[in-house]
Amino acid sequence: MSTAISAPPGVRPGGRIRYGFSDGMVVMRRNLLQLSRIPTVLVFELVQPIMFVLLFRFVFAGNIITPPGMTYVMYLMPGIFTQNAIFGSTTTAIGLAEDMKKGLLDRFRSLPMARSAVLVGRTTSDLAKNLILVLLVIGVGYLVNFRFQNGLVGAVAMILLVLAVGFVFSWISATVGLAIKEVEGVQAAMFTGIFPIVFISSALVPVQGMVSWIQPVAERNPVTIWANCARVLALGNVALPTDRATHTIPTTSLEGLLAWSAIWILGLLIVFVPVSIRMYRKLT
Amino acid sequence: MAGAIVAEGLRKNFGSVEALRGIDLDVASGTVFGFLGPNGAGKTTAVRIFTTLLLPDGGRAEVVGLDVVRDAEALRARIGLAGQSAAVDENLTGLENIEMVGRLYHLPAAEARRRAGEILERFGLAEAGDRQAKTYSGGMRRRLDVAASLVARPDVLFLDEPTTGLDPRSRIDLWAMIRELVHEGKTILLTTQYLEEADNLADRIAVVDLGTIIAEGTADELKDQIGGEVLELHVKDPAQISQVGQALSGVGIGEPSIDQEAGKIRIPVGADGPAALLDSVRRIDDMKLALEDIALHRPTLDDVFLSLTGHAAEEEQEEQASSGRRKRGRRQGQRRDA
Ligand SMILES: Nc1ncnc2c1ncn2[C@@H]1O[C@H](COP(=O)(O)OP(=O)(O)OP(=O)(O)O)[C@@H](O)[C@H]1O
Ligand SMILES: [Mg+2]
Repeated sequence: MSTAISAPPGVRPGGRIRYGFSDGMVVMRRNLLQLSRIPTVLVFELVQPIMFVLLFRFVFAGNIITPPGMTYVMYLMPGIFTQNAIFGSTTTAIGLAEDMKKGLLDRFRSLPMARSAVLVGRTTSDLAKNLILVLLVIGVGYLVNFRFQNGLVGAVAMILLVLAVGFVFSWISATVGLAIKEVEGVQAAMFTGIFPIVFISSALVPVQGMVSWIQPVAERNPVTIWANCARVLALGNVALPTDRATHTIPTTSLEGLLAWSAIWILGLLIVFVPVSIRMYRKLT
Repeated sequence: MAGAIVAEGLRKNFGSVEALRGIDLDVASGTVFGFLGPNGAGKTTAVRIFTTLLLPDGGRAEVVGLDVVRDAEALRARIGLAGQSAAVDENLTGLENIEMVGRLYHLPAAEARRRAGEILERFGLAEAGDRQAKTYSGGMRRRLDVAASLVARPDVLFLDEPTTGLDPRSRIDLWAMIRELVHEGKTILLTTQYLEEADNLADRIAVVDLGTIIAEGTADELKDQIGGEVLELHVKDPAQISQVGQALSGVGIGEPSIDQEAGKIRIPVGADGPAALLDSVRRIDDMKLALEDIALHRPTLDDVFLSLTGHAAEEEQEEQASSGRRKRGRRQGQRRDA
């Protein structure tokens, strides 16, 4: 057909680079609109960290030996922020699975939009959601006597770290969501995967209190590194861990913790961003 | 000049299921092409390949001269799709839904908004445009879905069972809109399970079954091919059914098909329905046999099957299942009496 190549008025075919960002922002905006229409989702997501705070702060606290110079609630809260960002990432998988079920992904895939846009839109809207959530959970922390002790810069840096961790897990979550495709399955898979990763870490309790053979595992767990880093950023050097594990860069200084945090964050992104986008392209 | 939608030997397997077994198509630009077939025929699979959602396993397909595999990216800017399930975001308003799709076709923001307003107007959704789609009725959602597929004014539109689940009123409204679109020069491929719908809308119809096109032509050609009207008799005493069947041999233009259980006999009678009806009544009366009911029916999808495959859809299904060639869900053409 001779008219084959001319597109209809106004429409421009999707250049991957050119529209990768703007298409992602259109999808992000849609997800945020959706969230603003059903804000109860946020309330439900807030229940979980509150429960953890209450449990650990008031039920388990007496049995947990905290590092010297720190009350348990101080130790606990940066871990809760980290944990919550990770748990919060399950919505990425659930959102994708829901879009898939409703046929919205079919619509998106038939449009000339960038192939990365649905995932970029979803992970960035979840990033925004996580920011709201983190701020709310910090508020909860203040109610139970948690206080930032390392100045504004430290507090902001901690929030950024926690959000970056949540963002990484959003991409992992996207990969799981695209692999499993069922809302219920996704929920189960994410929690069975995430629970051990979060609990075999220093997020909620010091590694020193764990069974000795599990300590090296916990010390090498990236969640331990992120939680420790968040703690030092929030509280200052008093929170520096006294790990025995021999990391090539020692994790007993803020610099070491920041370096390892960044390595894990970037490393996981480098793996999961392309893998999930590839899975999206291969959807049928 | 090649048509707007072309397929040659298009094949697709899902594991051991052969969803498409070599489809050939050539749809002229500016026409409506109807894809008619029962559940599991392969209609959606074909639409998904044409709209780049699914890669074919064999053969090739082109839409507006663009290959669905090689030129997928360019092709997506030229087509609109309203899939089998209405793909609307329930938490967004009608307007926001269409605007979003417009933006993703890379229309500038202002243009997307303007067109979204226009198109809602056209689809009778202007008033509901600011309401979340979750408050819409099934018919409104369907219309919103079709409206969204039009926002970028694509040349070729794929509508997968656009009127399934609509009440007669909404169905006729949507038909009118589809006709309008064709007047504007668009090419439309629509799938349906209803012969009546294909009859009303499509310039040409392909009857698909088990992943192959078993007949193709205009509605009239097809009706002639499948024998036009059907005479259906319901016997009073099921024991007499074979007697009645024998009495009627030679009536109409095909062999009577006998449904023992229902006590029904169906005979394709072509265009000469009334004569065949009179003839049957006379013969049955002569033999002093009794009838519960006798009526002429316009062809249904079942009749198409009967005539084109030589056996009813259900029989075939059992054969298929027992031979293990292919699994599928229940399928049966919608029956509508004339
Ligand atoms: N993703 C899939 N995985 C496995 N089998 C599939 C898949 N999609 C379709 N099939 C099978 O391919 C065949 C054709 O399905 P298709 O959806 O194209 O039929 P259809 O004509 O659209 O039917 P309906 O009228 O029910 O929508 C069916 O046997 C179906 O079970
Ligand atoms: Mg279908």
